[in-house]
Amino acid sequence: MAASTVLRLSGITKRFGPLVANDAISFELERGEVIALLGENGAGKTTLMNILFGHYVADEGTVEAFGKPLPPGDPRAALDAGIGMVHQHFTLADNMTVLENIALGTQSLWRARLDRSAARQRIAQLSTDFGLAVDPAATVSTLSVGERQRVEILKALYRDARVLILDEPTAVLTPAETDALFRTLKLLVAKGLSIIFISHKLNEVMAVSDRVLVLRSGRLAGERETKSTDRKQLAALMVGQEVKPAEVSQVQVGAPLLMLDRVSTARHNGAGLDEVSLTLSAGEITGLAGVSGNGQAALAALIAGTRRPTGGRISVAGHAVGDWSPRAALGHGIARIPEDRHAVATIGDMSVTENVIAERYGSTRFSRMGFLDWKAARAFAEEIIADYDVKCPSPEARIRLLSGGNMQKLILGRALDPEPAVILASQPTRGLDVGAVAYVHRMLLAARERGAAVLLISEDLEEILALSDRIVVMSKGRLSPPSARGERTIRELGELMAGHGGEGQAA
Amino acid sequence: MRLEPKPAPSLALTLLFPIAAIVATLLITSLLVLAAGASPLSVFYLVAKGAAGSQFALLETLTRATPLIFTGLAVAVAFRAKLWNIGAEAQLYVGGIVTVVLGTGALPLPSVILIPVIMLAAMLAGGLLLLGPAVLKTRFGVDEVVTTLLLNFIVLLFVSMLLEGVLKDPMGLGWPQSQKVIAEAQLPRIIQGKRLHYGFVIAIVSAIVVWVIMKKTVLGYEMRAVGHNPEGARFVGIPVNRVLMKTALLSGGLAALAGFSEVSGLKGNLTLDLSPGYGYSGIVVAMLAMLNPLGVIASAIFVAGIFVGADAMSRTAKVPSYIADVMVATSLLTMVVAILLTRFKVRWR
Amino acid sequence: MDALEILFTASFWVAAIRIASPLIFATMGELICERAGVLNLGIEGIMTAGAFAGWFTVYAGGDLWTGVLVAALAGAMFGLLHATLTVPLGLSQHVVGIGVTLLATSLTYFTYRLALPEVTSPPKIEPFQPLPIPGLSKNPVVGEALFTQTPLTYLAFLTVAVVAWVLYRTPVGLAVRAAGENPSAVEAQGISVTGIRIGAVMVGSALMAIGGAFLTMSAFNSFFFEMINGRGWICIALVVFGSWRPGKALVGAILFAAFDAYQVRLQQMSGGIVPYQVFLMMPYALSILALILVARRATYPKALMIPYQKGER
Repeated sequence: MAASTVLRLSGITKRFGPLVANDAISFELERGEVIALLGENGAGKTTLMNILFGHYVADEGTVEAFGKPLPPGDPRAALDAGIGMVHQHFTLADNMTVLENIALGTQSLWRARLDRSAARQRIAQLSTDFGLAVDPAATVSTLSVGERQRVEILKALYRDARVLILDEPTAVLTPAETDALFRTLKLLVAKGLSIIFISHKLNEVMAVSDRVLVLRSGRLAGERETKSTDRKQLAALMVGQEVKPAEVSQVQVGAPLLMLDRVSTARHNGAGLDEVSLTLSAGEITGLAGVSGNGQAALAALIAGTRRPTGGRISVAGHAVGDWSPRAALGHGIARIPEDRHAVATIGDMSVTENVIAERYGSTRFSRMGFLDWKAARAFAEEIIADYDVKCPSPEARIRLLSGGNMQKLILGRALDPEPAVILASQPTRGLDVGAVAYVHRMLLAARERGAAVLLISEDLEEILALSDRIVVMSKGRLSPPSARGERTIRELGELMAGHGGEGQAA
Repeated sequence: MRLEPKPAPSLALTLLFPIAAIVATLLITSLLVLAAGASPLSVFYLVAKGAAGSQFALLETLTRATPLIFTGLAVAVAFRAKLWNIGAEAQLYVGGIVTVVLGTGALPLPSVILIPVIMLAAMLAGGLLLLGPAVLKTRFGVDEVVTTLLLNFIVLLFVSMLLEGVLKDPMGLGWPQSQKVIAEAQLPRIIQGKRLHYGFVIAIVSAIVVWVIMKKTVLGYEMRAVGHNPEGARFVGIPVNRVLMKTALLSGGLAALAGFSEVSGLKGNLTLDLSPGYGYSGIVVAMLAMLNPLGVIASAIFVAGIFVGADAMSRTAKVPSYIADVMVATSLLTMVVAILLTRFKVRWR
Repeated sequence: MDALEILFTASFWVAAIRIASPLIFATMGELICERAGVLNLGIEGIMTAGAFAGWFTVYAGGDLWTGVLVAALAGAMFGLLHATLTVPLGLSQHVVGIGVTLLATSLTYFTYRLALPEVTSPPKIEPFQPLPIPGLSKNPVVGEALFTQTPLTYLAFLTVAVVAWVLYRTPVGLAVRAAGENPSAVEAQGISVTGIRIGAVMVGSALMAIGGAFLTMSAFNSFFFEMINGRGWICIALVVFGSWRPGKALVGAILFAAFDAYQVRLQQMSGGIVPYQVFLMMPYALSILALILVARRATYPKALMIPYQKGER
């Protein structure tokens, strides 16, 4: 081991039941180096980092930090060895102050009094040294996403971290915040820290790293010096095949099927909608881009029927709707593919059959006089399983036991089987492998050809660009005017996402 | 230590878990028997004999099981929809109140009409009593565990007030008890001269009806969906609040039938000791049955057997009959652990 | 005496503070559990066990403070049982809590019958005596109400101060509050969520048991079946009413106790026109009312009742 090697992973293997999340992964990290860990969702990046940090215990393999073996399954040991981790979902207690969150666990638990002044001084020092401005007395719940991330980095620095792991740190940031983060990372490296940067975004990886490790299906698929590679090569390594863009055929745009007229909602997982107008027309995919937390969740909930508007009007096929609910939305022919497969779209402890009839159990097809027709339900489940190529042991299996891709296929089947007029697809490919992603894309394009109006909400700009006939951008609960395919550059879209320009309304 | 979900176990294995829980319970409680200076084997033998060793014992166990089937069903139905009804005790007493109000001569009707009328009225009253906490839960977010628990105390005081006031039996020699219900309002005995009454049959029929509701009907499907994942249920268009209201009416109604059956079939009148905690034991009955309505019949008979058997045992052995309550409470805790093990695999690393 | 005048008599407030004391202990206990993310419905049974354990220790020849200690240990043991099932195993806190209450209650009754098989009325002990604080107890009304109590009441007030200090001023309190809000924040800083939660439930349960022991060792001098009589459930309402803050919960407990003391006096004055049961119902009805009033704007600890598995986010 070279003197400058700070971290060495040897033969890390981790299995979850039959799934091999990490398969004999080995690499080293040098002092002052930025490694990018690139891979698709589900490639095993987060699992690997959770092993490194002691949240999980590897089935095989060892981790060495600064020449000493790291005991497995002990986050405390990782922290003490100088490894800090900034998780994708922040690990902050919202009801406590910045100072309290940073100081948590840094002083002996059994002290009679938390030493606040020492903590405050040290935080102030680190803030100036690394340009991470944040008020230590502020309660976390009042902070912006960017500020919270700064707190997470400060937490690691406060503990003298020499290695910093960042898990998808830009997913929740605006482009400007992302730039600020990259500047901070440069500063950290200049002071001798080493960084592991986990991402599935090629442009970021190219911008920030010295070396790229590509993970595919739990294996290390390749290792490249960033200087001597390019995006195309990395993309091929990442998915294991030539990436072919989905084929988009010409389709005549038809009548408007769903119209939102200056609709506002209460806040919902981030911003609410602020007088949003949007028209979805037959035979058209409308892509909605934006940084997470800017009102996409509110819009998805509104169209799905789980939230009612506080102002404005919704009309379906030219008629204003009355009472608005999930049932009303379904009744108006709106199919919903929600963002959260586990908590929202499915009922994990119920069977596949019980889940596929969930949106239509009251129809005469599945029930009579208050009694369910289980034979018809099971037949329907078998039909969906066959038509949508779902791998599952039987229609009686609990849906919780299915893989993400198969679960999503069932949800697609349930939503698309009645040939809906409008389709709401919210982050439909998040966390899926390449095959499943391509499948979902094909299904959405097929629906478009059939004449459905599709709203595709995604944080993945490449997905939006590949599929959408029109693109709108959401920022702080407001919508930009739409642009046709190819009309705006990525840069222009990025500026809209950051909330600059385009205060007008979509037609 | 981690818990990982695993596929549903086979039926045979599913039946094995309650048995394992009971064995664990016997092992744990035998320590108490030893502490009391008795031999566990002989004590458990005496309990079993007292519960099922003779025709008398068996009939007594079934009689005691009757209210437990009703309260067990009430809890099973509510817990399925994750409506935490800990107030079956209060709903039972409300059923008793309705039975004596309507059954002591106010309605001069023949038996075949009077008894169904009383049953429906009792169910309605019990259901409405639980509807309150259910509305507070859905409208205001008030935890129903606490409200149903507190209502148990309020209702018992209310019964005491009635029994010393408007419902007081003038011939009761000052005891706080109501008048006896008239002959037309009484459930007949199944065997002449024995205590087992037709309430037991009604309880069995109720269990079958509830099973059909849970397995075959839209309402049962909705209740299970709401219980497993309310957010998911709301998303797919199930009217979650309305389902919870229906659940409350059904659950409260079933518990009220326990009160009706005890007054109409066994005691004849309402007293403050109508229930020795049947409402709370109903929770154990439901959990031992893994919330399966048909399983409730078996687990109610089992729990009743422990109580009846322990009473008989304590007359001969020097072990307090409270051992029965300890066994029942312990079996609740061993059972939830057993259920966990049917659904999850424990990995130690 | 006029119904309003009662409020200005020292004896009324002395009674109110006495009634508040067991509630203060148990409310603080429940508050600690819930702040760490665990709803402890074992409270009613744990108070019963504490009431018995403390009293019986003294009856068997131990001194009063030994009794308090034994009660606390008994409570902590039931807390350990509760926490083992709900924290690492993640079982339903509702079902386990009810189970612990049933178990603690029945074990107490069993032990009582085993230890005292023959007695018809439970034996009495020499309980804690009032200990007027020199100088302070002579102040009219307030001084008398607060400073002519038993040492156990003083301990109750001290407990509130200690709980508040620990939760807001010490590193371990920080960890407890974070465990109830976002357990992954605790684990990310190298502290075991399981350890913090189990510890909090054990300490909280010990306080509940001391609350029970107050009844048999300070308010009364003997142990009766069903003497807790729903006080545990009321304390759960008080925690919500107090927005999970020790100071507010203390105020809630005293207000509640004052109301309870007041209804007893009104009952005596009403001369039997209103049935006494109506007065007895009031504390329970008041608890429900308090829950309704605050439930809408209550900010629950976010992780309350949500089990945590290592590495989960």
